[in-house]
This record gives sequence, structure tokens and C-alpha cells, in this order.
Amino acid sequence: MSEVELRISGETREPGSFRLICTLGLAGLISGVILVFVYQFTAPIIAANKAKALREAVFKVVPHSSKLQELTYQDGVLVRVGDKKVEPGEILYGAYGEDGGFAGYAIVGSGNGFQDTIRLLYGYDPVQRAVVGMHILDSKETPGLGDKIYKDPAFVSQFSHILVDPTIDLVKGGRTADNQVDAITGATISSDAVVKIINAAHARWDKKIHGTPPKYVAPIPPEPEEAESK
Amino acid sequence: MSSQKNLSEEFLKGIWKENPVFIQVLGMCPMLAVTNTAVNAIAMGVATAFVLIGSSFLVSLLRKVIAKPVRISTYIVIIATFVTVADYSIEAFSPSLHRELGAFIALIVVNCLILGRQEAYASKNTILFAVVDAVGMSIGFAFALFCLGATREILGFGTFFGSPILGEHFEPWVIMALPPGGFLMLGFVLLFFNWLEQRKKGVTA
Repeated sequence: MSEVELRISGETREPGSFRLICTLGLAGLISGVILVFVYQFTAPIIAANKAKALREAVFKVVPHSSKLQELTYQDGVLVRVGDKKVEPGEILYGAYGEDGGFAGYAIVGSGNGFQDTIRLLYGYDPVQRAVVGMHILDSKETPGLGDKIYKDPAFVSQFSHILVDPTIDLVKGGRTADNQVDAITGATISSDAVVKIINAAHARWDKKIHGTPPKYVAPIPPEPEEAESK
Repeated sequence: MSSQKNLSEEFLKGIWKENPVFIQVLGMCPMLAVTNTAVNAIAMGVATAFVLIGSSFLVSLLRKVIAKPVRISTYIVIIATFVTVADYSIEAFSPSLHRELGAFIALIVVNCLILGRQEAYASKNTILFAVVDAVGMSIGFAFALFCLGATREILGFGTFFGSPILGEHFEPWVIMALPPGGFLMLGFVLLFFNWLEQRKKGVTA
């Protein structure tokens, strides 16, 4: 060690900058090699987990569905993501039954909650014009109060049938109409956030999802011919 | 220096006599943030143990190579590496746990317990001693997290490891699951340990 110091920095006892760079370079190298291997190993598992969680969430919010495909809005129609000539845009999910019949859309929305951004997925039936299910994907709401937006079955089950017209309203003390959601006592802000997020997402998609939904196309092999149906 | 040290003593000191939480009062950020349930507390303890043991091993291995003026930055690079490994692994193998612990896994990087052990111990001792010290400290830390986590879960949710134990008529103390509950419990725990210490001194004097 002293030899190195002497050779590089000459008279001073302090190690020279070359040695400092070497030290940090070595640490960085070891770190980089470890991280590359770990990332290589875990990245596919993490991606698979996320995809699986999303599929399960979609099938939960759209009743009687067991198949899904990603859709996006382009040139006035909904088209399948993955087809040729489809630009990547905001995605919604088309959910289909076992026989491939259309069951509903699953739409992701996000907005401010009480603590942090809430991300949720809701199922939408364009025929009834109703929300048919709701699942919170991501939230940091207060444990015991705000987290009831996904832990309280009484709150969550309301979303199995809520009309979106004229808008979804938050009420206190019990629902009296089909477009109302009863707020959670002690967590009005979180309840309100959920309603606002769904209203905003609905306003964004409403004009785009009228008409016949795209047909389900089995992913293997990809068949692009159905995408243009209106 | 290390020849006078006793291996088992070095191991045990982290668990009790120099417990990182009860005695040294280090690593308070994860201590308060993720101890609202027993499972979270244990997961945090295991993640921290992994990082601490890994970093202590590597720092001790490289202690003759690391130049003094850049030692802290080198420790941080090493610690951050292990934290990232832990972060990816938890996300891959238990997404739900990863969602619960959230940002606090990444924040292990700045847990002063870990940096403290590198500076105070691993950088001055052989690999064997560094690892033994790290294991002891990790167990001590995990034990402290578990004490808080279990108490807060029982009082805050009426459950233990997710299963209800206090019956249906128990009204959960929501505050215990919230950050103030963490401060409150930590205060009581520290009070208890100081009282023990005082009593021991009183007896021996």
C-alpha cells in the first residue's frame, strides 16, 4: 500500500487521486457486475408477475371474463395493440368471455388520493353504461381508514353496478340512486378520489368506446384481420 | 486487536448489550415506518440482514484496498448494490410484500445502522469477525422490529401474523397502525430498556 502511494503521489502521505479513482472504480465494477446478473435474472419474473396481476385484476372487474386484449384508440376506432400500423397510445383492456364474446372494458385511471396517487382499474359495460367492478392497483391511503377503499367489501361491492350518467356522485348515508356511491365514514377524501378518478377516466374514454368493440383474436398466431371492425 | 476478542461475545453483543435499536437507537426510519405488522417487520429485518451481512463481508474483504478518503463513498456503493439486489429479489418473489414495504426497501441504503457497522467494525476486522458482528446486529435489529411490529399489529388490527386473536368485540386502535403509534411504542420500548439498565446498575451498586 505504501509503495503504491509513494509511486503515485510521490512525497505526500495522502493516497493520490489515481488510487482513489481505482478504489471507486473497483467498487463500481463489482457493483455493476452483481447488478447486471441480478437484473437479468429477476426482470422476466417481475414482468411476468405484473402481467399476471393485471390479468387477474381485469378478470375481477369485468364479470364473466377470462380473456383479454390490449386496445388503443386510433383514427376514430379502437384497435388491437400489437397489430401492424398501431401507434402506441393510452391503453384500455377489452375483456372477453371463454367463448370470445365481448364482456366489457377494463380501464385504468389515476389521480390524487389522501396521501399519494391512487391507481385503479374499473370494469365498464358500454351497453348498460355502467361501472361493473373496481379494483385498486396502487395506493398508499391511511391504514384503517383510507385503505377501506379496497379493504372494505361494503364499499368495493357498490361498484358492481353504478351508472355513469350524468356523472357518478358521492353521497353520505346510503345510496338512493344507481349513479351514487356511498362514502366511507372517516375516509371521505379517499372515497371522493375514487369517484373522481372514475369520472375523469370515463370522460376521457366515453367518446372513444361507443360502437362495436373489436373482436377477440387469439394471441397465437396473431391474426390482424379483425382490427378494423367498427 | 481481534485476537483478544471472543467470537461468541461479538455475536451476542448485537442482540442484547449493543442492540442497534434499543441501545444504539440506530435505524429509526424503517423502525417507525414498516413495523405496523409482524410480517412487514420480519421482512424488513431479513432484507436489512441481507444487506448488512453482504456489505460487511465485502467491506471487510476489501478493507486493505479501500483508500481512506473515499471509504464512505465506497461503502455506499457496496451497500446500494446489496439493497438493489434485495429490492429486485423481493419484487420478483413476493410482489405483495414489495407493495407493502414500498420505498422503505430502497431506503435501507441510508440506514445508519449499516453504514455505522462498516465504518466502526467491518473496515477494521477480519472477514469472520465482520460477518459474525453483522449477523448479531441483524438479529438484534430484526428482533427489535418484530417486538414493535407484533405489538402494533395486535393493538392496531387485533391480529397476529394476519390471523385475528383478540376476538370480534375488540375495537382496533387505529393509531397504533399509523406513524404516531410507531413513535408511541418506540418510546415505551426505550423506556423499558432504560428501566432495565437502571435496575441492573442499582442491583450491582
